[in-house]
Amino acid sequence: MLPLIERWLKHAALEVQEYVFLTRRAFHGIFTRPIYRHDIVEQFDLIGAGSLTVVLLSGLFTGAALASQSGLTLDQFGARPLVGRLVSASMIKELGPVLTALMLTGRIGSGIAAELGSMVVTDQIHALRALGTDPVRKLVVPRLLAGLFMAPVLTVISDFIGILGGWVVARFQLQVSSGLYWSSISKGLYMQDIWMGITKPFVFGFIIVTIACHVGLRTTGGTAGVGKSTTVSVVAGSVAVIAADFFVTQIFFALFY
Amino acid sequence: MDTSTNNNHVQQILDEAGAPVIVFDKVQLAFDDKVVLRDLSFTLLKGHTKIILGASGSGKSTALKIITGLLKADAGVVWVNGQRVDQLSEEDMMAVRADLGMIFQEGALFDSLTVRENVGYKLYEETDMPLDEIDKRVEEVLGFIGLKEHIDKMPSELSGGQRRRVAIARAMAFKPRILLYDEATTGLDPITATTVDEEIIKLRDLENVSSIVVTHQLRDAFYVATHMAQREANGQVHVVRATPEKEREAEFIMLKDGLIIFEGDADALRASRDPYIQEFLT
Repeated sequence: MLPLIERWLKHAALEVQEYVFLTRRAFHGIFTRPIYRHDIVEQFDLIGAGSLTVVLLSGLFTGAALASQSGLTLDQFGARPLVGRLVSASMIKELGPVLTALMLTGRIGSGIAAELGSMVVTDQIHALRALGTDPVRKLVVPRLLAGLFMAPVLTVISDFIGILGGWVVARFQLQVSSGLYWSSISKGLYMQDIWMGITKPFVFGFIIVTIACHVGLRTTGGTAGVGKSTTVSVVAGSVAVIAADFFVTQIFFALFY
Repeated sequence: MDTSTNNNHVQQILDEAGAPVIVFDKVQLAFDDKVVLRDLSFTLLKGHTKIILGASGSGKSTALKIITGLLKADAGVVWVNGQRVDQLSEEDMMAVRADLGMIFQEGALFDSLTVRENVGYKLYEETDMPLDEIDKRVEEVLGFIGLKEHIDKMPSELSGGQRRRVAIARAMAFKPRILLYDEATTGLDPITATTVDEEIIKLRDLENVSSIVVTHQLRDAFYVATHMAQREANGQVHVVRATPEKEREAEFIMLKDGLIIFEGDADALRASRDPYIQEFLT
């Protein structure tokens, strides 16, 4: 039993070490040449524009469902007019960033792990290095930049669409007037909430992409290994996003509230 | 002696015929408890071919990966073009790779790029060469290997043999003086394999490229060792039986469990009485 635990601990320590090395090299690659501009633009398009539909749909229905559910609860306290405040606070601080990140983990994290994993098992990563290209600069840096900057953009869009979905339910199902809905939003939102909602997706974008790249680049075992890497990337990315959400929230509460 | 004088001196030596372009000196490598290479030593001379034979898992491909710096040896010294590479960082290794081309098993073509982009990859991405010159060079090398008409196809549209030949074109596009072939003909039918062998021969004899050919395909190993390319007065290239002198420029190495058990030319290999070699040859 002890050797098994020892082996597991060594393996875990090695993974963490390699993850930190990869992250350090990626950040170094952001600020030093060569920069592969074409790949950066391509990844911004793939991760940003490519994820728009799924983020729009998930945001819209989350906001709508939230308004519908909370409307019933608020009725018990005679507070139905505050539905807008509840929807906006939940969407901006919590659901918008987390759900967008989980959508991105499923769509982008799995894609990155599968793509890089396939490149590893078919020797394309070795071929890149043999041709004088650093795979971290060529493959990881563009994805990291796209993840860092497109996750907040997508989250803001998701927040807005979610609040819009909430308005549709509030207006036509809960019979709350539009003026009351939008004014309760502006009254209930504080600057700290906005900062929290903007900061979280930066952290999540970083986590999703770095985990996916790390897992993808460490793929072994042929096509079965690629499948395993894809699963690990989604599972580890999702858990890490939810855990990071808790810690970022705690940090914000301690510092700004 | 300062660094530039030293570099000039090294360059002078490397410019001479028969200069050692790759030197392996007692190289060792193990993955956990599995020893892959034990005290592997050999020298590749300029313009010559070294053919590394051995069963799967004998350490052949590992040796090539150590030369290109894709793997680091646990012990021993490796020299490439007069530079010691076994302790070089990944960044410094990039300069050494500028003169090294490697053809991987299965080709390892970038499947999201066209044949043109694959072949010109290094020139497009890693040099400041004007685009029209790159296009010209890509067409030239694809013409050399007879695949010019496939220039705009994706790798998935090519046959196995065509993919290997595109991989050769990619490796030769930036004019390296050393080419490393890792099982370039494995899995190909004999006719296609001969086409690939002839590309290896033509590059060696017409472009003066030094090469290491890793294979367990005896037929291809002997074909490369016993044939040579000649350019006729009308510009046509023919692959013919090599002269005895030319044949001696191709040296065989037989690896077994990471150890060299034979080193010599084709005739010496055929004449070997070693039971393992005899079994391998039959």
